[in-house]
Amino acid sequence: MIDWMHSGPSVAAAFIGSSVEAVEALTIVLAVGTVRGWRSALMGTAVGLALLTAIVLTFGPAIAHVPIDVLRIVVGTLLLLFGFRWLRKAILRSAGVIALHDENAAFTKETQVLHLETSSRQRWDLVAIITAFKAVVLEGIEVVVIVIGVGAVGNTLIPASLGALMACLLVIAIGALLHRPLSRIPENSLKFTVGILISAFGLFWFGEGIGVAWPYRDAAILGIAAILLLVSRLAVGLARRAGNSNRALISGRPLL
Amino acid sequence: MKMLSTIARELFGLFVDDGSLAQAIVVLLAVTALLAREQFIDISHAAVLLVAGSIIVLVENVVRSARK
Repeated sequence: MIDWMHSGPSVAAAFIGSSVEAVEALTIVLAVGTVRGWRSALMGTAVGLALLTAIVLTFGPAIAHVPIDVLRIVVGTLLLLFGFRWLRKAILRSAGVIALHDENAAFTKETQVLHLETSSRQRWDLVAIITAFKAVVLEGIEVVVIVIGVGAVGNTLIPASLGALMACLLVIAIGALLHRPLSRIPENSLKFTVGILISAFGLFWFGEGIGVAWPYRDAAILGIAAILLLVSRLAVGLARRAGNSNRALISGRPLL
Repeated sequence: MKMLSTIARELFGLFVDDGSLAQAIVVLLAVTALLAREQFIDISHAAVLLVAGSIIVLVENVVRSARK
């Protein structure tokens, strides 16, 4: 029986993180399918999914043999690196320092690249298969990292996997229905949320690994996430101000 | 071969985007672990150092990146 109170944050992080990655993979697979044909696009997707399954089946059971404190320290470090990378980018995007990720632009760019490639007259289009395969594997590995990261140490691997699976199925269903990139999904807000949750998991597990007894046990993850949310909102303002000052200095305008 | 190197680069990129941020995080974690293990600081202080240190690292990096 799954304890949803205990596994709630893991499921939420896996669901939101996986939905972002699934949207990005879907954009490329859609571009491949539209330009080069669906047979090869779906073949590349299937081979990519098979490789990801093999990775999970190979490395998943091996994790059980790693001493728990070592696992906490390693997973905590990787999650913090991963989470802060997302959070940094989301803060800079929210502050307008770097451009927001645009699925429509990504779709257009990918279709242009695919049009330029020589078209294959054979039954299987190698360019299409490789492009779809690469997209599924690269985005899928991020899903695997998120699921293992938030699920392996706290014994919530199954709920986290279910959260990721639900997200992927949902995105595939919407994509199949609409047949166009899911550009209306607030990707940066989702990345902001995932960055905060994953970083909170990272700090929590690393702390446990070095012997910290967090107050309120697992609930401390939500407390750390709340602190990170407040700080990140503050950081958006600071980054916006720093960016504006920088632009004013470059253009010679007086600083306000 | 080219695809394998792309995948390896992307894998590395999962954790390291801005090198200075990754470096600062690793140093912070290593110092905190060392101070806690050698009992230079109380373990509850290690928790505070961990959270406060990572916040400082993140905010400093974001502001510096915005100024570039």
